[in-house]
Amino acid sequence: MAAIGKSKAGLDKNNKYDRQLRLWGDHGQTALETSRVCLINASATGTEILKNLILPGIGSFTVVDGHKVQGEDVGNNFFLTKDSIGQSRAKFATEYLSELNEDVSGDFMEEHPESLLESNSDFFSQFTIVVATNLCERTLLKLGKCLWEKNIPLLICRCYGFIGYMRLVVREHRVIESHPDNAHEDLRLDRPFKGLVQYIDSIDLNTMNKKDHSHTPWLIVLYKYLQEWKEKHAGELPKVYREKNQLKDIIREGIRRNEEGVLEDEENFDEAIKAVNTALNPTKISSQIQELFNDDECTNLHSESSNFWILVRALKEFVENEGNGALPLRGTIPDMTADSERYIQLQNVYHEQADSDISIISNKVHDLLVNIGRGGNITDQEIKTFCKNAAFLRLVRCRSLEQEYSEDSDKLKDLSHHIDDEEPDDVIFYVLLRAIDSFYDKYNCFPGWYTDQVESDVIKLKTCLSKLMHDWGLNCMIKDDYIHEMCRYGASELHTMSAFIGGAAAQEVIKIITHQFIPFNNTYIYNAMKQTSVTIEL
Amino acid sequence: MSCDWPGRWCHVQKFIERTGPFAHPDFEPSSESLGFLQETCKLLIIGAGGLGCELLKDLALIGFKNIDIIDMDTIDVSNLNRQFLFRPKDVGRPKADVAADFINTRIPGANVTPHYAKIQDYDESFYRGFHIVVCGLDSIVARRWINGMLVSMLQYEDGELQQESLVPMVDGGTEGFKGNARVILPGMTACVECTLDLYPPQVNFPLCTIAHTPRLPEHCIEYVRILLWPKEHPFGEDVPIDGDEPKHIQWIMDKSLERANEFNISGITYRLTQGVVKRIIPAVASTNAVIAAACSTEVFKLATSCTVPLNNYMNFNDTEGIYTYTFEAERKEDCMACSKIPKSITFSESDKLQDIITYLQESAEYQMKSPGLTTNIKGKNKTLYMPTIKSIEEKTRENLKKTLSELEFVNGQELYVADPTTPMTLTFKLSLGSNME
Repeated sequence: MAAIGKSKAGLDKNNKYDRQLRLWGDHGQTALETSRVCLINASATGTEILKNLILPGIGSFTVVDGHKVQGEDVGNNFFLTKDSIGQSRAKFATEYLSELNEDVSGDFMEEHPESLLESNSDFFSQFTIVVATNLCERTLLKLGKCLWEKNIPLLICRCYGFIGYMRLVVREHRVIESHPDNAHEDLRLDRPFKGLVQYIDSIDLNTMNKKDHSHTPWLIVLYKYLQEWKEKHAGELPKVYREKNQLKDIIREGIRRNEEGVLEDEENFDEAIKAVNTALNPTKISSQIQELFNDDECTNLHSESSNFWILVRALKEFVENEGNGALPLRGTIPDMTADSERYIQLQNVYHEQADSDISIISNKVHDLLVNIGRGGNITDQEIKTFCKNAAFLRLVRCRSLEQEYSEDSDKLKDLSHHIDDEEPDDVIFYVLLRAIDSFYDKYNCFPGWYTDQVESDVIKLKTCLSKLMHDWGLNCMIKDDYIHEMCRYGASELHTMSAFIGGAAAQEVIKIITHQFIPFNNTYIYNAMKQTSVTIEL
Repeated sequence: MSCDWPGRWCHVQKFIERTGPFAHPDFEPSSESLGFLQETCKLLIIGAGGLGCELLKDLALIGFKNIDIIDMDTIDVSNLNRQFLFRPKDVGRPKADVAADFINTRIPGANVTPHYAKIQDYDESFYRGFHIVVCGLDSIVARRWINGMLVSMLQYEDGELQQESLVPMVDGGTEGFKGNARVILPGMTACVECTLDLYPPQVNFPLCTIAHTPRLPEHCIEYVRILLWPKEHPFGEDVPIDGDEPKHIQWIMDKSLERANEFNISGITYRLTQGVVKRIIPAVASTNAVIAAACSTEVFKLATSCTVPLNNYMNFNDTEGIYTYTFEAERKEDCMACSKIPKSITFSESDKLQDIITYLQESAEYQMKSPGLTTNIKGKNKTLYMPTIKSIEEKTRENLKKTLSELEFVNGQELYVADPTTPMTLTFKLSLGSNME
């Protein structure tokens, strides 16, 4: 809690940020409060993104925008007013955005990103992440190249009529705390560790009084009857449905009866029977974790390896040696019907094994640091968090813009699967947006921008689209309806579209900054006509 | 309009002055549509919290001028991480008032009317005054109540629904990184009661766990909240727990720690204590922004027909990538709110009145909160149980223990049920079995 103190207004930050601290914790908040975010272009979408980052308390933001405010900007942007028309959009937006949270410092640069990239591309080196809105293709590619070389994440956002678009460009994003929604428990009933065996062996169900019997944690009940089953089946676990039912029957036999022979109400036995389906999954290493172990970054550590890869390597060595093919124990058990004493004892048994696994890995980490000659420490807390999340580690590597825009990209050829259909999916709008960019490149104007040119622009856009699809080697058709609809939009940026992308983009930025939760990879399309969306890697 | 300037509405106008292949069949592109949004159309936003602030901004910026907003709450410090119309100086003031002031000042021409009130304070004549109702609520009970109100306003002629009596409801909800947005056309598409099973039932720890076998820090906190507080009255007789009063939370935390230590349970913190006591649901700006935006887009579609509205439910979750799932929730043929079919319930003569009440509370279909029952016996109205008024509750309490035969119920007995979840009185037909079972 050390990092969380008083806010400028004297408000307790624990209080002010309470609702989000419950999601990403104090350490997530600290990461947020030390981050520096750059926004290119204070469009409606741009300011909405910043709003949703300033409210939860990023460290600072910088708006880069060379435009003067126009009447239509004030129409759809909450952070501009009528008085600002004709003046610097960067300046006014920064002022209004800054009012949202006095603990965030705001700055602006009244300059077009094109010229900034020419004159001072090092300017961007200071940022944790750059968010770009409403940039033309040419500038975007330049910016993408510059940031890729500097290894700074870039999030591109755009709202076009009823279509929202985002593209994340990050070389390598590592997530330890991915917070999976429905994670399996890590109980090791299939390969019990010594401490667990010893503890359960010390308990005898048969000699217990009635109360203790019905308050024995199901984990112990299931383990006991599982041993019975294994003895009869050459040490194997029940695998198929029929075998699991047999085990359930054996457990059911264990329920006590009263004097009249009627079954007692033993909730713990009911829970044990239910758990046969879920708690006997064999302990194994997921393919995602296996991939990390096989990654070059893991196998070839060097003096500049990041903490993450050193930890992954230590984890791998643990799995191959002390772990006997298993990850370190997570060390937690779910709540279950039980008396306090034995539940806590059982919890401690798991806890102690987890601690012992962590200390082995900790030793490996320190040895590795010495061996590769890397300075800097990896804290015990970091190692502990890593071990507890070992099953949920995630790595996101995005393709660069350059790769995406290369004409011989296989990903572009694959697009036909998405669009060559009576009911094409929302990926079709990616192709249409690319066609609109070629239109803009050619005519310096968006199709349908002027009401009296909508019809003629439909024909021109169709030509741009055909050429694009030909260049990509796509032999499918896109219905004229879609081309008409895109021309109807005429690059309109409806505020509610900006607000949607503003929320979604901000959350992706928070994921990148905190290294918690999993960002999308790498292109996201939102279709507000149907309220549907799709993610595709391009 | 005097407060307009060139280009102000050009983003909006492209949608309503041009047609397209995906427009609603009724759509007529027209320069007058903007006038309808601005001058005629009246919206009601329910809730001025995380979603409400966003909804107000979104709807005002796409051309709606006449907006009422209703909320019974005042501003708390913990709102400031997402309810962006509020500043530290506003803490303690009514949310609806501050939100309305902010928008009326920032957006020229906006005419937002605040109501610092409960939705139950207003009747049908108030709700009839709106073209569309938009909800940004965190309470399922309130959502069910307004749903019931809009359904009760429907008028039928010869069994035909009168379209002008229909007020569409656009509803958003969020929790952490999850949210949903839906469009309800009362009487035509699935209503809140049709899909009650989409809301997860509230999880409570069994009392015996709390009292005798605590295992989690939460069990210890619940012990102090439910059992110790009413016994010890730490801040005086009749002082209820105030989850925003640090002294109260501190006391509960200290006592919980004592209990936890007794059982060797670890993990009690101030944050956890407050979370359990207040049943806090995590919330961030981003999810509220997303859901409010989707809802506002739907309001825009309903008001302009520029595109076909959502049919009719969208789920959102951005913990792993960004995920949306859109589907058509189906009407329930015998929905207790919108089907007009009287519900039938079956009990036996030896069952007690309490059994009926428990059933109404616990069945997944009804999930009532504190039902009050009246009936008609031999031509006379009779109050069976009324929990809301203390004096009547005391007088009718003994009925709870009576069997249905003692209460002189007959087969086909009509029971009239009132509950905070609905503004209507619901009629249940009792099918009464003998004592065979």
